[in-house]
Amino acid sequence: MTAVEATTARPARTSGGARLVNRVFLVRELGILLALGLLVAVTAIANPRFLGAQSIKDLLLGSTILAILAVGQAVVVITRNVDLSVGSILGLSAFATGSLFVASPGLPIPVAVLVGLVLGAICGAVNGGLIAAARVPALVVTLGTLYVFRGIDYRWAGGRQINAADMPDGFLRLGNDTVLGIPLLTLVAVVVLVVAGFYLRSYRGGRELYAIGSDPDAARLSGIPVGRRVFFAFVASGALAGLAGVLHAARFGTLDANAGINSELNVVAAVVVGGVAIFGGSGSVYGAALGAVLLTTIASALPVLGINPFWQRAAVGALILAAIGLDRALAIRVARRLRGRSSHG
Amino acid sequence: MADPTATRVRSVFGSWDAVVLLALVLVAVVGAVTVDGAASPRFWRFVTLEAIPIALIALPLTLVVITGEIDLSVASVLGLTCVTVGQLWLWGVTSLPLVIAVAVVLGALLGAINGLFVTGFGLPSLAVTIGTLALYRGLAYVVLGDRAVANYPQSWTTGAIRPIPGTVIPWMILVVGALAVVVGLVLHATPIGRSLYAMGNNAEAARFSGISVGRTKFWLFVVTGAMSALAGVFWTLRFASARADNGTGLELAVVAAVLLGGVSIFGGRGALLGVLAAVALLGTLRNVLQLAYVPANTLTIVTGSLLIASVVGPNLAGRARERLRRRRAIGGPPVTTATPNPGEET
Repeated sequence: MTAVEATTARPARTSGGARLVNRVFLVRELGILLALGLLVAVTAIANPRFLGAQSIKDLLLGSTILAILAVGQAVVVITRNVDLSVGSILGLSAFATGSLFVASPGLPIPVAVLVGLVLGAICGAVNGGLIAAARVPALVVTLGTLYVFRGIDYRWAGGRQINAADMPDGFLRLGNDTVLGIPLLTLVAVVVLVVAGFYLRSYRGGRELYAIGSDPDAARLSGIPVGRRVFFAFVASGALAGLAGVLHAARFGTLDANAGINSELNVVAAVVVGGVAIFGGSGSVYGAALGAVLLTTIASALPVLGINPFWQRAAVGALILAAIGLDRALAIRVARRLRGRSSHG
Repeated sequence: MADPTATRVRSVFGSWDAVVLLALVLVAVVGAVTVDGAASPRFWRFVTLEAIPIALIALPLTLVVITGEIDLSVASVLGLTCVTVGQLWLWGVTSLPLVIAVAVVLGALLGAINGLFVTGFGLPSLAVTIGTLALYRGLAYVVLGDRAVANYPQSWTTGAIRPIPGTVIPWMILVVGALAVVVGLVLHATPIGRSLYAMGNNAEAARFSGISVGRTKFWLFVVTGAMSALAGVFWTLRFASARADNGTGLELAVVAAVLLGGVSIFGGRGALLGVLAAVALLGTLRNVLQLAYVPANTLTIVTGSLLIASVVGPNLAGRARERLRRRRAIGGPPVTTATPNPGEET
């Protein structure tokens, strides 16, 4: 296991072992892509309309918000932490966006996006501050802030509902317009994904996140500012959840205090299905985003395939178990291969 | 991840159990004095009814967390057993003992699946039980869809919440109490209990000292499943309703109670008394606030803040003490043991 983690943290090293490991994890992401392709193909054969323009648009729109949350969550999980508060941050930011437009209807849209991002980042900073400064487990802190942020949201909304009529048309169009058949929101998600993926792969700060997740103590001893990096991972996750909240508001128009409720475990599920190890140190944001797309596709493919939609949740659960089982089998194989190599010189 | 600072923290606070118990007494007394109706027997009946299923699940979950694992699927096991009780009734099973037996065996099986994935295949319990959380809840939906089964005989539903003669407190609390005594004795007075702490502190070392870590954890998951199922039967009968979404989100409430009770999420530390006090504290607080017409959402904020305070407070206090100690040690011989663990340094 340690051999796997250590080598994935340094792709620059071109030893045979590192290349093998890289290949395996490439295979891992290709695996999800393959599963996704298979699912789409089978569903399309059952009902060709599944590949119609409208249906694809719905599918992309549906996975966008989950994918953005999954990217943020992946950054946190790679550092061997977890952020359970993302659903509540999304809710808070979505309601903030709505109230903002109610208060001043002429507000430029970029300002609203910025407010959502900053609000999310502040929530993330609360998480990160508690975790990095007080050094307490992320699971406990974010379980706490899951309640706190949602509670603040409830107090603020107080049973009110904001309707699409309260929001400017331009903003709602953002949630439904397409460019060349691809929803605008999805393009936003792709930009987020590519930026995050590039940072994690090619920047020192990104590589250090993997090192922290592989072995926090070793990372600290080798001079990595663990506290600061973990703090920023949570700020990033919070900011992305805030962005997701704004997009949620744009897409659905109707908002109450329940936006994004109970979505935290879905997000973690997407990340795990996407091949990010729950104990950190390996995986990629691309995998996490693919995991989100796969989960959403399952949800919309089941009714098309004539399967009782009540099976959806069970299928997701089975998929998570299969994904972590597969990861474990791959890790054991890689470890054995690496050991074999080193013992034979 | 044993945390020596934590041991020192205990001497700061006396013990965490005492802190939680004190908070419970404080909430109960302040509530009784300031809030109308918070001293009535009816009030305590509601608090107890609410606490019973949470306590039933928290008892075995405490042991699971002490060994360094977690089970997030408990509320889904509860939901699936609720649905099973409903389905059995629809099929015409009229014997309550049989229904309970089937439900508990089913819960044990579901727990065994968790245990198999965690101990047999060596997968992280957090990921496994997030998976089975979705899987078991999904199966509940598959069985009942969005229907509800609600027409149970009066003897079942009132039987579940019948008071202890002469009081208004439901008799099920006696069952919870008896189970708590058993679990408490096992945890705090037997070699098995000591071995749970040992494997939570260092599973590897525990294995080398002859403790069968895998088998013990497997059975803990089985017991957790069975107890969640028992809670599910109680839930169904108390609300006279079996629905696939029964108890959704309850896992976080139970985990919150266990952690607030002073059990370390990394394992190896915690006591049953603190957990039981935390279950009672959260239940009492919720009902007091409700009676005081404080909106329910405030309680969400309070629960969350309490949870955060329960880990941040002791930790910061311990670190402050540690700094003080080290400052005193300056000038003396180099005290290497003053470094609690490398993880605490920056």
